[in-house]
Amino acid sequence: MAQAAIQSPARITPTVDVGAWGLRASALIYLAVLIITPLVVITVEGLRGGVESLWVSITRPAALQAVWLSISTAGIMALINGVMGTLTAVVLARYRFPGKRLFNSLIDLPFAIPTLVTGVMLVLLYGPQTALGGFLSRELGWKIVFAPSGIVLALTFVGYPFVIRAVQPVLEALDTRPQEAAYTLGASEWTTFRRVVLPAILPAVLTGSLLSFARALGEFGSIVIVAGNVSKTAAVYIYGQVENSDMAGASGVSLLMLAIALTITFIVSRLNKGITR
Amino acid sequence: MNERASNGLVGWLLISLVLGYAGILLLAPLVMMILGAFKDGLQPILDDLTTPDALSALGLSIRLALLAALTNGVLGFLAAWVLARHNFTGKRIFNALVDMPFVISPVIIGYVMIVLFGRVGWLKDFPIKLAFSVEAMFVVTVFVSLPFVIRELQPVLATLMPEHEEAAYTLGASRWMTFRRVIFPSLRHALTVGVMLTLARALGEFGAAAVIGGAVEGSTETATIFINRALLDRNPSAAYAMSLLLGVIAIILLIAMNRIRHAGGRHVHPN
Repeated sequence: MAQAAIQSPARITPTVDVGAWGLRASALIYLAVLIITPLVVITVEGLRGGVESLWVSITRPAALQAVWLSISTAGIMALINGVMGTLTAVVLARYRFPGKRLFNSLIDLPFAIPTLVTGVMLVLLYGPQTALGGFLSRELGWKIVFAPSGIVLALTFVGYPFVIRAVQPVLEALDTRPQEAAYTLGASEWTTFRRVVLPAILPAVLTGSLLSFARALGEFGSIVIVAGNVSKTAAVYIYGQVENSDMAGASGVSLLMLAIALTITFIVSRLNKGITR
Repeated sequence: MNERASNGLVGWLLISLVLGYAGILLLAPLVMMILGAFKDGLQPILDDLTTPDALSALGLSIRLALLAALTNGVLGFLAAWVLARHNFTGKRIFNALVDMPFVISPVIIGYVMIVLFGRVGWLKDFPIKLAFSVEAMFVVTVFVSLPFVIRELQPVLATLMPEHEEAAYTLGASRWMTFRRVIFPSLRHALTVGVMLTLARALGEFGAAAVIGGAVEGSTETATIFINRALLDRNPSAAYAMSLLLGVIAIILLIAMNRIRHAGGRHVHPN
């Protein structure tokens, strides 16, 4: 016992530790092989024919259309989830109501359910042959499935938890005293929310929205089912190019989408740098 | 912002708005799928799920998901540990890279595998034939589900008290003993939740597997690829039955994860 106790400090901070080196090497090889390899491949393939051929490949009308459809549908989704996700987080953090725990669990459903199955569920509810889908397209002229609306709907489903799970912990950890002070000074509930609570949670709202936006740009499974080949997003376009063995067409759009994803990740990490929790 | 004692009018309005919205967005499609699938009772669903194609697709999905969960469980644990406890150059970059699989489209990962292992790929002379194989589908499944274990473990690792480990060492415990008796018990719940998230994501994988597997019936067809093909082949009842099964598995995993989170005392979402 005594001997072990004397030995142990040396074991905690050894000068040369083969075990620790092996541990670190295996962890880093795992991350490097799986994550850095695709980044290198996409960059090299995208720039293989030079900047000019990259430009040609991403300015094809079909490519531009697909990228724009991805960005616009994901953008609308990020706005919807930014607002509704924040409201949901506020309700979960602030109010008491029956079934709250169940509701809180349900929010993670989009994380657990395959997005392809999400697409199938939406077609079953809003498809042209269904009661609701038929009614909406006949009476209101609003086509959801096989149209951009369906893409926004699918993305909204898939992206719902992001803002909530980013904002909820911040709200729960928020100091209540500034709010009480605001009330005491006669501010209304709305003014207090706008002037005291919102500035505190804004970075989290933006983080959640941006992450859901980045995630939505690459979404494939639900969109294939909901929009078919009618409205092609960037991911569906890349899939089509690979199936047709048009690797040049796939490489340009892949590099563009990667660049957008990396930019968003960078902005998110910047946003969160200032927050010390 | 603590919970209020009473909700008030504004509170109840907000609660109804949010519950109504979530009900339409999340619950209505789910209920619709379950009702639609059981329209003619349980027997047609069982028939659709026990065809050789359905069973082989389901088997492949489950095998791939279990293997990916095992791989990411072990190596993700190592990676989370190294990122939390070791200091080395480039650590912040590695940490940021962990989230890449969340933002890179699975379709692009399938495309990368074709560029690497396809007929005219960079590694076309690689001894193992990877393109359009189950092995390639395993690699992409590991990729898409990589971040979960690491991201679940990291916050818990950050809150571990070094004092407890030091106490164990002082009492003469070996490194392995300290890990097994002091460190691992506090990480067990987070690891389990991470592995379950990995399983759920792996079971749902479609884009990357469809590109690299080539979707060959009976050999590289997963459950999600089966659903897509059944819809294209105008066999919707088989597609709905398999969707229902995957949906039910997802819900079971979700309930299990929530139980573990509550039991584990990880009060991320206290009520």
